[in-house]
Amino acid sequence: MTANGLMQVALYLVILIAAARPLGTFMARVYEGKPILLDRVLGPVERLIYRAGGVRPDAEMNWKVYAFAVLLFNGVGLLVVYVLQRVQGSLPLNPQDLPGVTSHSSFNTAVSFASNTNWQGYSGEVTMSYLTQMLALTVQNFVSAATGMAVLVALIRGIARRSAGTIGNFWVDMVRSTLYILLPLSIILTLGLVSQGVVQTFDNYKTVHLLQPMTDAEGNTITEQLLALGPAASQIAIKQLGTNGGGFFNVNSAHPFENPNPFTNLLEMLSILLIPAALCYTFGKMVGDTRQGWAILAAMTIMLTVMIMGAYAAEAQGNPRIGELGVDQTADDTNPGGNMEGKEVRFGVANSTIWATTTTAASNGSVNSMHDSYTPLGGLVPLFMMQMSETIFGGVGSGLYGMLAFVIVSVFIAGLMVGRTPEYLGKKIEAYEIKMVSIVILIMPLIVLVGTAVAVLSDDGKATIYNPEAHGFSEVLYAFTSAGNNNGSAFAGLGANTEFYNTALGFAMLLARYWIIVPILALAGSLANKKIVPVGAGTLPTHTPLFVVLLLGIVILVGVLSFIPALALGPIVEHLMTL
Amino acid sequence: MNEKQTSILLEQLRPALVLLALLTLLTGVAYPLAMTGLAQLIFPDQANGSIITRDGEAVGSELIGQSFDDPGYFWGRLSATGPFPYNAAASSGSNYGPLNPALFDMVQARIDALHAADPGNTAPIPVDLVTASGSGLDPDISPAAAYYQVPRVARERSLDEAVVRQLVENQIRERLWGVFGEPRVNVLELNLALDKFQTKGDS
Repeated sequence: MTANGLMQVALYLVILIAAARPLGTFMARVYEGKPILLDRVLGPVERLIYRAGGVRPDAEMNWKVYAFAVLLFNGVGLLVVYVLQRVQGSLPLNPQDLPGVTSHSSFNTAVSFASNTNWQGYSGEVTMSYLTQMLALTVQNFVSAATGMAVLVALIRGIARRSAGTIGNFWVDMVRSTLYILLPLSIILTLGLVSQGVVQTFDNYKTVHLLQPMTDAEGNTITEQLLALGPAASQIAIKQLGTNGGGFFNVNSAHPFENPNPFTNLLEMLSILLIPAALCYTFGKMVGDTRQGWAILAAMTIMLTVMIMGAYAAEAQGNPRIGELGVDQTADDTNPGGNMEGKEVRFGVANSTIWATTTTAASNGSVNSMHDSYTPLGGLVPLFMMQMSETIFGGVGSGLYGMLAFVIVSVFIAGLMVGRTPEYLGKKIEAYEIKMVSIVILIMPLIVLVGTAVAVLSDDGKATIYNPEAHGFSEVLYAFTSAGNNNGSAFAGLGANTEFYNTALGFAMLLARYWIIVPILALAGSLANKKIVPVGAGTLPTHTPLFVVLLLGIVILVGVLSFIPALALGPIVEHLMTL
Repeated sequence: MNEKQTSILLEQLRPALVLLALLTLLTGVAYPLAMTGLAQLIFPDQANGSIITRDGEAVGSELIGQSFDDPGYFWGRLSATGPFPYNAAASSGSNYGPLNPALFDMVQARIDALHAADPGNTAPIPVDLVTASGSGLDPDISPAAAYYQVPRVARERSLDEAVVRQLVENQIRERLWGVFGEPRVNVLELNLALDKFQTKGDS
């Protein structure tokens, strides 16, 4: 590690945290329906949408109707994405004449984008027409993110309200998230990215003449290079901001047309965590005690920092076997050093590992380096970040509602220790709440571990493993961890575009998203119904450093208890083999 | 479920369909079209791939690497794209795990090629020159990787090493604000500068 590298980590975190308060305040105003500057421009659009859809914005929903609206909207969206892929061959805006996508790949991608996972079994530039990228994928980038934010806001209302039967209106929360938060930020980011060289065009792929002709494996002379283009910047902006992560091109933000220089890299890395970080402040604001939001943000930031340092240290060491071949892996001002396999020179080890850790902290899953080629411990970091249930920042909305489930468990365990009825922000935590958060927390390890076990026991699952030995197992574990946490990143050597993986991972993503959303909304409904109990001597304060430590301890403990055996078979044994 | 509850649920069908349609128009049509229009208006070069032209002919993109194995040119990163390296229509990394024997074969083959092209050079080789990039299209190498190749390129082109070194130094891009990213040299632009320098010299 170099002083400059540590400086990059520190500055990144400072900028991120500094942005949490202004954006968090703004979002609280959006969800509380208070006047904002954008009303003038977007207010008429918002009202038009409600009128056309027959939505009465002031009519609130109980949790069951809210959950039904979420599922219905996501279900319809999923269907549209599926159909568009199947028939893209006969639709316009397809300059490369790409054919319809196979049924299992279409299913996988439809689930993947509707569930805010953006796992990509396919390769963007050779599979999806411009029309599919826009009408199917870009749209879901927005609305799946907006869905997560809406569910979070419903839970926050459940915590904040007293003796209430309703938790808001899903249509309003979803539309306002899209119109006032995601869209304006995406427009700004798109223009920033294009100014630096991220492509945004509907032209055909462009042919250029190579400076030095080359011969391919069959001995043919190649004199031209075909540059894949497309309306990439507008999709990249929302893929980063909405913790979606699905790249326009196959290698995602490692592609120079998606992420051309350190400036775009900084913008894109900040965008990964911007909204999840700011939502912590929004939460504090909406429950009337910003210290509560800061405490959660502190817990997330501490864990993130530790894990970035871990990944950075591991990758900066380089690959000992390559060092033995007479290769210079020492970092200095002219040499990025470290393990550069699968990494880009403009990012080097520091920016690659910050990205790898943040993208798996959030359920983003975009990459700017190939995680499959990380050293064993370097690759363990993104894997374990996901296995902590995507609660360290996590997806937009989904990260914080997942973290709030852990907060409730922490309060409950603390209550058990002192023999008091646990309460959180004045709400008594009782059997029903604990049942719901238990489902939320236990669903994920169940999906991941059962999925991995089935895959490594079946011939179909083993057939497309790419790397030999322990690393091959890590590829499968990573795939199900990614799908089971709606992340979307991969150890990309695994051939995942097969009937087996498309189907298995499709179901993993589906369960991981909606089997958590429904109990979260049930929790919201139940909490909204409760009275507020006054703070007493037995109340555990939930904004103190002590509570931050307790919360982190519980998150880590659950992750470790669930996954250490599996990790021991993959990255841990692989690390021992390098010694 | 009683009749009232059923009707409340049925009421959600219209907003589900209409809102999806309208948001599709807004975020899937209006947003990318407006962004493309603005991008083409304000940043036409960048939005269309940052194409480099020489004598009126497009010879590449500033952002996309090309394959070089002529000893008279600087070489870039290894590229794992198929079916040939630096295929800009099918980006890909190698995805070799850290202990995969294929990784060591690939690295060793590059080391051998570098040594064969410049037998006298026994300096340790900078790591980015023997590893495959994440995209397979990395346009850059580190300054160290460029300096390593200076003696070979200078000899092949019958140029003074100091002259070639100066050309490399002119092409170094520093970190953003002195902090973010890594210093780097764009291989295609360096080779173009090299060609240009010599054509000027010849005439």
